[in-house]
Formats: sequence, C-alpha cells, structure tokens
Amino acid sequence: MGWVDAAVQGVLLGGLYALFAAGLSLIFGVMRLVNLAHGDFSIVAAFLALVLVDTTGLNPLLAPIAIVPLMAAGGYVVQRGVLNRTLGRGLLPPVLVTFGFSIIIQNLLLQIFSADSRRLNPGGIETASMALGGGLAVGWFPLLTFVAAVMILAGLELIIGRTSLGRAFRATSDDQETAQLMGIDHRRLYGVAMALAFAVLAVAGILLGIRTTFTFSSGPDRLLFAFEAVIIGGLGSLWGTLVGGVLLGVAQTVGAKFSPAWGVLTGHLVFLAVLVFRPAGLFTRGSGR
Amino acid sequence: MGAVAAAVVLVALATLPRWGDASLMRSLVEFIALLVLAQMWNLLAGYTGLVSIGQQAYLGLGGYALVVLADDVGLDPFLSVALAGVVAAAFALPTAAIVFRFRGGYFAVGTWAVAEVYRLLIANSSALGRGTGRTLAAVFPLARETRELATYAVAVALGVIAIAASYAYLRSRFGLALMAIRDSEPASDSLGVDVGRTKLMAYLTAAFGTGTTGALIYLNLLRISPDAAFSINWTAYMIFIVVIGGIGTIEGPIVGTAVFFALRELLSDFGAWYLVLLGTVAVTVMMVWPQGLWGLVTRRWDLRFFPVQRRLRA
Repeated sequence: MGWVDAAVQGVLLGGLYALFAAGLSLIFGVMRLVNLAHGDFSIVAAFLALVLVDTTGLNPLLAPIAIVPLMAAGGYVVQRGVLNRTLGRGLLPPVLVTFGFSIIIQNLLLQIFSADSRRLNPGGIETASMALGGGLAVGWFPLLTFVAAVMILAGLELIIGRTSLGRAFRATSDDQETAQLMGIDHRRLYGVAMALAFAVLAVAGILLGIRTTFTFSSGPDRLLFAFEAVIIGGLGSLWGTLVGGVLLGVAQTVGAKFSPAWGVLTGHLVFLAVLVFRPAGLFTRGSGR
Repeated sequence: MGAVAAAVVLVALATLPRWGDASLMRSLVEFIALLVLAQMWNLLAGYTGLVSIGQQAYLGLGGYALVVLADDVGLDPFLSVALAGVVAAAFALPTAAIVFRFRGGYFAVGTWAVAEVYRLLIANSSALGRGTGRTLAAVFPLARETRELATYAVAVALGVIAIAASYAYLRSRFGLALMAIRDSEPASDSLGVDVGRTKLMAYLTAAFGTGTTGALIYLNLLRISPDAAFSINWTAYMIFIVVIGGIGTIEGPIVGTAVFFALRELLSDFGAWYLVLLGTVAVTVMMVWPQGLWGLVTRRWDLRFFPVQRRLRA
C-alpha cells in the first residue's frame, strides 16, 4: 500500500515540477535562452510572499494576487534591461549572465534572510487530507497544487496555440528575422514572454513555499528538476513536460520510500536513464536541442 | 618580455619559502588553486565553447580521490594528488557521453545535474563518510612545516605545469582546432576537424586539471565534505575570475584571480557580499567589455605575455 501511496504523492508533486518546467520551456522555445536563475527567481517570489504574509497577515494562498504581477513586471524589466542584450552574441553571454544572476540572488537572499529555512503557513490546509479508502489518503494541498498546475499549463497552451500573442511567439521561435519583417517587435515580445514565465514561476515558488521549507539556496534544485522534467517529457511539448514532471516526482517519492536520502538521487538517475535510452525525450516534437 | 616576466615570477616563487612566512605560502597555494581552476574552465568555455556549470564535480571527485588513495589505498599523499586528476578524468569519460548530447544552455544545466548526482552518490556512501565527509589522515605523521612546504611545492609545480601546458596546448594544431570549434562548429567540421574527439579531449583535460586542483585544495584543507567539495560556488569562482579577467586568454584568469583575491580580502568582514559584488562585476563586464579587463589592456597597449591568438601582421 505504501508504494501506491508514494506513487500518488509523486504524481501530485510532479504537477508542481511541471509548473517550474513550463516557464523554462516557454523561454527556451521562444528565444533559445536557458535561464539558469529560473529556480532562484521562484525562490525570490517565495521570500516576497513571506514578507507580504508577515507584514499583512494575509493567507499565503492569496499571496499570488500581489506577487504574480510584481514578478511578471520584474521579468519584463530583467528581459528588456539585461537579457535582450545578451541574445544574438553567441551562447556564452546568456548562460554566464543568468548564472551570475543565480549566484547574486542566492547570496543576496542569504544576506537578507539568513540561512534559516522558512515556510509559508496557510493555516491548516497544508496538512488536511482526504481519505480515498483502502488506507490511501490524498492531501488537499498537493491536490490543489496539481489542479492549479494543470489549469495553468492548459492556459499557457491556449495562449500559445490560440491567441495572436501565441502566434507571435511561434513565429519568432521559427524565424525571428522574418517575424520582425512582419512587424513583430521581438525585443518587446521577449519581454512579454519573460513576464509570462515569471508569472508562472512565481505561482510555483509560492506553492513550493507552502508545501515545504525553503532556503536561500533552494533555487538551483528547482532549476534542475524543471530541466529534467523538460528533457524527460521532450522539448517543445507542455503536456510532455507535465508527464516528465510526474515521472520525476514519482521517481523521487518512490526512491525516498527505499531510503529518505535516495529520493532526489533516484529522480536524477531516472533522468539520466531517459537521456541514455530515449535522448529525444518521451514525447518529443521538433528536434531543436 | 613574457620570458623575462615568467623568469622573475618563477624565481620569486622558488625562493619564497626562504623569505616568506607560512601564511603567505598558504595564500599562494589558494591563489594558484583558483588560478588553475579558472584556467581549466577557460580551456572549456573560452577556447572550446563548452560552457560547463558542473566543474565542481571534478573538484569534488579529485578531493575524494586524494582521501581514498592516500588513506585507504596507502599511497603517498603527494603522489595521490597527481593520481586524483586521473581519477577525475576517468569519471569525465562516461559523463561526457551523457552531457555531450546537449548544446549551449542545456549543456550548462546538464553538467550541473551530473555534478549533483556525484555529490549525492558520495553523500550516501558510508565508506566516504556520508554527509559529514572525511579527514585526510595520511599527512598527520608529517611535521607541520614539512607538510606546508611540500603542499606549496606541489601547488607551484601544478600552477607552472598548468599554464605552460595550456600555452603549449593552445599554440599547437590542437589548440587551433579548439578555437575553430568555438567559432563555428559546422565550419571546422567541414574543414576536417574531428569535432567530437577534440571537444572530448578538452573536456577530459579540464577534468584532469580540475581534479588535481581539487586534491591540492584538500591537501591544504585536510577536511572534505560533499557539500563543500561539490559546491556550485567553486564553478562560480572559476566563471567570475575568467569573465572579469578576460575569457579566451591565458593572462585573463591571472588578472581575474588577482581581482577576486583583492575583492574577497576587502570585503572579508561582510559575509557573502563579496559574491554579490563579484557576480555583479562579472555580469557588468560580460555586458560591457566581453573581453574582460585583459581585453581592455591589450586594446590599448600591444601587450601579450602568452599569445595564443593568431594575428596577421602587416
């Protein structure tokens, strides 16, 4: 029974990983940029929510209302102010600048908030659970996270597939210069894409902060899990990313069942196995890597 | 001029134990270790275009290899430093098979993920002391002065060999192939450069150099733990040093290491702020002067100690 339970928990955890992965995947799809500070920005969102909750007494479940627009604006500024200038100059500048951001953010958070681990407290829902019978129980909060993740992914899929903004994303992804000739200002578009990615990662960071404790150095692991979910699922497919996140989540929770120390490692090993045996990912579309 | 400067530095380093004190020697060991680490990262990113964020993997593996070879196998600890590089390169071979599937930014994250795998494997190994790590016991019988002098000698030898070898390596046909790959992989492929093999050689060489340096660092520190040895901060130091000093040159990392040391000493009372400042300086340099501080120098004066670029003379 414990194994089924672990697997169910893993599936729900996978939804959260897919949420981290969606922003990474969107940015890579639109502008071929890998934001190495992706995880760190989500931890910034969690700390901002912590400050908001501590000063106003707001329930952290409502924190996204304020934090998401703030982070989205931040993403737009970071893209237009800095990252746009790193694009088109070879592969070194974007990687090094975003890695620099990652180190700067981690050490700023360390200096401001100390090395203590923190948690957002939503007042009981994080421990409440629903019995499914047969000794199986599902926590309300993990379930809520999973449903939120699926809805956000569906929303992103709608934006990319059905709106003029999404059409501009796809056109720029395929051929930026031709898209520019058609009147698409790619610099602004990249800013909008980053704002969207930051909005999603802010939600992910806050949900993470309610689910578990976080510290100044929690960012890199989020980046790695997001990356692994993207690669397992196959590049260029949001639903593949969800499956990738779920597989990673199940690998971690089932691995942790063997020994608590083996959870994250099992996730990494499943990722490596997929990479060795199915290098294009499980659900691939396109071949850009 | 390069030869004169090199001779002066060599004489100073060789005679230092006669006129310097132990703390200066320890600082120099650290300086050389960071310089070699940066030089090895530069070999990957600056000459080959392989931007690895996972070089801490080889530093940690080298450090642990030293402890295992010296304490468990019973080899001479100073010989073990050189062998630790071989161990690191041996791990780099299967790692390359995996991470070379990626390019650009995904290569960077891939190398980072693999470094985490090594950290977690070691942190779960009871023979290697799990999360608490191990202490290098093999050097305890040595007198403190003997150990410090021998560590210093190993460091100077490593520094000289790393710079001389990088210089010879980059001036050779092989170095030309590396830079051709960095500038355009398809073009160098079409001109008969064996791209896969050349990249692999650079990756293994960097792993060897980083692993040897990792062993040197822990020969100096005597105490190793997975979180410290596999810390991402090591790679951050390498990157900041190379970017600030000037990527794709041998002089750049030397300048960068000096800047790194100066900033760290200046801000030593302010916790992690020096990393915030170094990161900010590195990002700014990357955006404004992509050739780094050494690039600014060579643009103004025709000054080259280790010329590896090929230039057309009028």
